[in-house]
Amino acid sequence: MSVIIYAESENGKIKKSAFELASYGYEIASEMNVPLIAVTFNQDEVESLGTYGIEKVIKFKGPSISNFTALQYAENIALIAKENEAKIIILSSSANAKYLAPKLSITLSAGYASNVIALPEKLQPLTVKRTCFTNKAFNFCSLSNEVNIVGLSNNSYEIKENPKSIEIIEKDSSSTETTLKVEKLEKSSGKVTIADADVVVSGGRGLKGPENWHLIEDLADTLGGATACSKPVSDMGWRPHSEHVGQTGKPVASNLYIAIGVSGAIQHLAGVNSSKVKVVINNDPEAPFFKAADYGIVGDAFEVIPKLTKKLKEFKSK
Amino acid sequence: MKILVCISNVPDTTSKINFVDENTLFDTNGVQFIINPNDEFGLTRAIWMKQQQSAEVTVVTVGDNSCESTLRKCLAIGADNAIRIDLKPTDGFQVAKQLARICQETIYDIIIAGRESIDYNGAMVPGMLAALLDYNFVTNCVALDVEGENAQASREIDGGIEIISCQLPLIIGAQKGLVEEKDLIIPNMRGIMQARQKPLKVIEPTEDEIKSSILKFEKPIPKGEVKLVPADDIDQLIDLLHNEANVI
Ligand SMILES: Cc1cc2nc3c(=O)[nH]c(=O)nc-3n(C[C@H](O)[C@H](O)[C@H](O)COP(=O)(O)OP(=O)(O)OC[C@H]3O[C@@H](n4cnc5c(N)ncnc54)[C@H](O)[C@@H]3O)c2cc1C
Ligand SMILES: Nc1ncnc2c1ncn2[C@@H]1O[C@H](COP(=O)(O)O)[C@@H](O)[C@H]1O
Repeated sequence: MSVIIYAESENGKIKKSAFELASYGYEIASEMNVPLIAVTFNQDEVESLGTYGIEKVIKFKGPSISNFTALQYAENIALIAKENEAKIIILSSSANAKYLAPKLSITLSAGYASNVIALPEKLQPLTVKRTCFTNKAFNFCSLSNEVNIVGLSNNSYEIKENPKSIEIIEKDSSSTETTLKVEKLEKSSGKVTIADADVVVSGGRGLKGPENWHLIEDLADTLGGATACSKPVSDMGWRPHSEHVGQTGKPVASNLYIAIGVSGAIQHLAGVNSSKVKVVINNDPEAPFFKAADYGIVGDAFEVIPKLTKKLKEFKSK
Repeated sequence: MKILVCISNVPDTTSKINFVDENTLFDTNGVQFIINPNDEFGLTRAIWMKQQQSAEVTVVTVGDNSCESTLRKCLAIGADNAIRIDLKPTDGFQVAKQLARICQETIYDIIIAGRESIDYNGAMVPGMLAALLDYNFVTNCVALDVEGENAQASREIDGGIEIISCQLPLIIGAQKGLVEEKDLIIPNMRGIMQARQKPLKVIEPTEDEIKSSILKFEKPIPKGEVKLVPADDIDQLIDLLHNEANVI
């Protein structure tokens, strides 16, 4: 028996979410008294996983997996799960992990709970707490299958060190027949994504127009964060749809969420609720967002943002 | 070309979420139900294919008879016919299984579902359906072009876009971007009248299989008071974020 994590990497580096999965998986594997195994794809350096409790890493290599494909990755993970009699497989909440999880679940006849935010309440039967109603509520979900998949929400479990010496096994990926081909990948390099960011700075209609977005971008850059926006801002074409956060856009689960000129409509709040600390800047003291925020400034965005960015730069250089 | 659009009947986005029966059941009291927003983007894309490529559009939902007004709305928007599988769903796998059955009885070239529902919120059903049927699958789909047996679809990934080509049959998980907000079709009087005449078939579920069950629900703990910082005292905000909140 075993517990398995799918450790994602990008540009040769293991992602922070993978260390979260490892730390989370370590607790479960220790409780079950079984080994904790990580599966990686096209990743050379994997030793760092040992710091967070991984005992064995299975490294997949080969031309069929040089780019992510849900089908191929799911089949390789399924293979490892079968070989190691995995009871629990832990995935992140990245777009790719959410893409492959349903396939993995059918291949292994496994149960699947997405958006899980805490360690299991119980292991027999596996009972997990997950968000539902787009972050407006939680449910406790019980999975009584031989094998179960847990999709852990980003930034919901703290990274913990549990150093282990690791065994590394290299494997060639099989290749599955499929007519589905990735023709092109358009990725903005060097930009922090909303999914991975510790800090997200978001602008609403209060910013008045796309020409003012350098204010949001400068502030985000200063904090090493990602930029986001409210739905109308993306619908009007001020910003790309990929930045739209909220109930019908992307969820935000950062450590710090700064919302500027965003009123705080129920659909917006639903998507950003799981951010740990929320700061609101709005010139209307009655804006509903103040009720959902930790810190607030009642003031004009065009005066407050430049000052805040300047002061933060000074703070960071100290 | 036959298109199936999977419709999830969900509480309106402005709904307050409450639970009854010792937090085991969603409280539908005073709640309006709508087409799941992601499904509505998908339905609109399907109607375009009906208009431009003379596709036939069927909508399907797994749900009890309270879902019928949502299905009628889909018909008023332009779907040709509707199917309701008479089962109140509790689990994504269960829904995928029921949908797979009707896709085995009638072959659809394209199956459109939403990226995720806004109530169960699992992002499970379309991927599971694709795996059960062994069909190609593209989720977070923001563009779709179909010509003959071939499709090109774009998937939004973290920080970019992936352009995928594949053969039909194809299942997509739709979201905004596939069509724009302004493209959504608001049913007119004629559409609503026609919808009453269009076929809505109710079928019995096949043997029911689940892989998860919800034991109970919980609401978030209400937030404490916001700490307001004067606009001319940015230093205080930075101090709070650094020393109190520990986020910078
Ligand atoms: C089905 C559905 C789904 C939806 N999903 C989403 C979603 O996922 N995400 C989302 O964001 N919305 C969503 N919405 C829209 C939502 O209801 C609101 O309309 C939207 O969030 C408002 O955007 P906003 O806050 O940018 O604009 P507004 O509500 O117009 O607010 C602008 C704010 O800026 C402030 N302001 C103005 N000038 C300044 C200034 N100089 N300095 C500082 N502050 C200023 C104003 O006081 C105001 O509070 C959805 C709506 C529907 C119907
Ligand atoms: N009861 C249902 N009936 C038909 N389709 C559904 C149902 N539940 C979910 N779906 C489809 O699956 C998508 C994803 O739902 P979910 O897996 O619940 O996030 C939805 O957007 C719908 O297209």
